[in-house]
Amino acid sequence: MKKYDELTEFLLRMGDSALVQGQRLCEWCGRAPALEEEMALMNVGLDLVGQARNWLDYAAQRINDGRDADMLAFRRDERDYRNLLLVEQPNGDFAVTMSKQFLYDAWQFHLLEALTESADQQVAAIAAKSLKEVIYHLRRSSEWVERLGDGTEESHQRMAAAIDTLWRFTFEFQETDAVVDSLSESGIIPDAGALKQQWQQTVAKVFTDATLSVPEDARSFYLSGREGMHTEHLGILLAEMQFLQRAYPDASW
Amino acid sequence: MRAGDLISTDSTASLRLRGDDADLNFAWQVLADVPDPEVPAVSVVDLGIVRSVTWCDDRLYVQVTPTYSGCPATEFIEEMIREALQAAGFVNPQLTQKLDPAWTTDWITAEGREKLRAFGIAPPTGSASKRSLLGESGEVHCPHCDSSNTRQLSEFGSTACKALYRCDDCLEPFDYFKCI
Ligand SMILES: [Zn+2]
Repeated sequence: MKKYDELTEFLLRMGDSALVQGQRLCEWCGRAPALEEEMALMNVGLDLVGQARNWLDYAAQRINDGRDADMLAFRRDERDYRNLLLVEQPNGDFAVTMSKQFLYDAWQFHLLEALTESADQQVAAIAAKSLKEVIYHLRRSSEWVERLGDGTEESHQRMAAAIDTLWRFTFEFQETDAVVDSLSESGIIPDAGALKQQWQQTVAKVFTDATLSVPEDARSFYLSGREGMHTEHLGILLAEMQFLQRAYPDASW
Repeated sequence: MRAGDLISTDSTASLRLRGDDADLNFAWQVLADVPDPEVPAVSVVDLGIVRSVTWCDDRLYVQVTPTYSGCPATEFIEEMIREALQAAGFVNPQLTQKLDPAWTTDWITAEGREKLRAFGIAPPTGSASKRSLLGESGEVHCPHCDSSNTRQLSEFGSTACKALYRCDDCLEPFDYFKCI
């Protein structure tokens, strides 16, 4: 995996996670349980793809090797993607989709809120723009977690199973590395410890209201999204997402 | 009209334009006639997405801000603005996207709100404070009968900027322009 300076690495992490989560949501197109849900899933997906473009635009500007945001999205291989492992997981049933969305939204919400104060002006601007949208996303996904968790016996069981499937990937919300440490020291991103605590509080509150139990901290394992070490699901997602640009490079219409 | 006519018309117009206040006012007037492609009842000026119009080195500079990060109409709107300005005689207008400060529905003009209502879309209520973002928005009035006896059917409507509501008095469903 090619390495860039710390800020660029961070921008790629933000952009790739939003893009992959957005792409996953768009897989629901034509398959959602109700028309209103379909519109909501697509709209949230669209917001995230737009946010990804803002992050990747800025990354491309810094990389400055002639590639733009589209090229970064469509011509990088799996090993060069730095998204969270959580967001590349398959949609599963609606319980998996909504719990994944919720865990990600809660993390985005607290991170973006802190990033609006970033020492880097462009990071602060993208964060302020994204935050307005993510507040809506979090409100919606929290409501679904509560409704399904505190719903019927079956919906409760499905939510518990979904969280059991996804929770192991949340270790990435808590881990620091050289990029995180250096950027938080220079005031560009928030302190990882404080962020972790806020995320845990939001998750614990919603899970409790949803009558779901809060698992213990997830432990890290050998994969790492930001190091380009992904689960087997990302390659398949990218194969579909990148097909047109790979088959017909520089196609225009 | 032949292509040659168009070109000569454009160059005459551009000679006339010097970037003084009258020309900038003229540019604003042109922009006030550029409709939002998804809600054609309101113009890009009504929506508050044109952030500034300035003149520099014989060129018109226009700053535009997107409504939502993923709004698919963003590029299309920029193209429409460029075409309208060129047709009005502004040669090669320069458009830039401005992210900061982020667009808020507070920037929709009073006239824009009236136009939305007349078009059947309830305009955003209250100001885009954090409270309304967190769901404690004020009463949403039905754009058809003005009743406040309305409820939300879905957080999201036909586009990212709208939510779907229903009036419990006249029973009509309607779009509500979300407050952000
Ligand atoms: Zn009514």
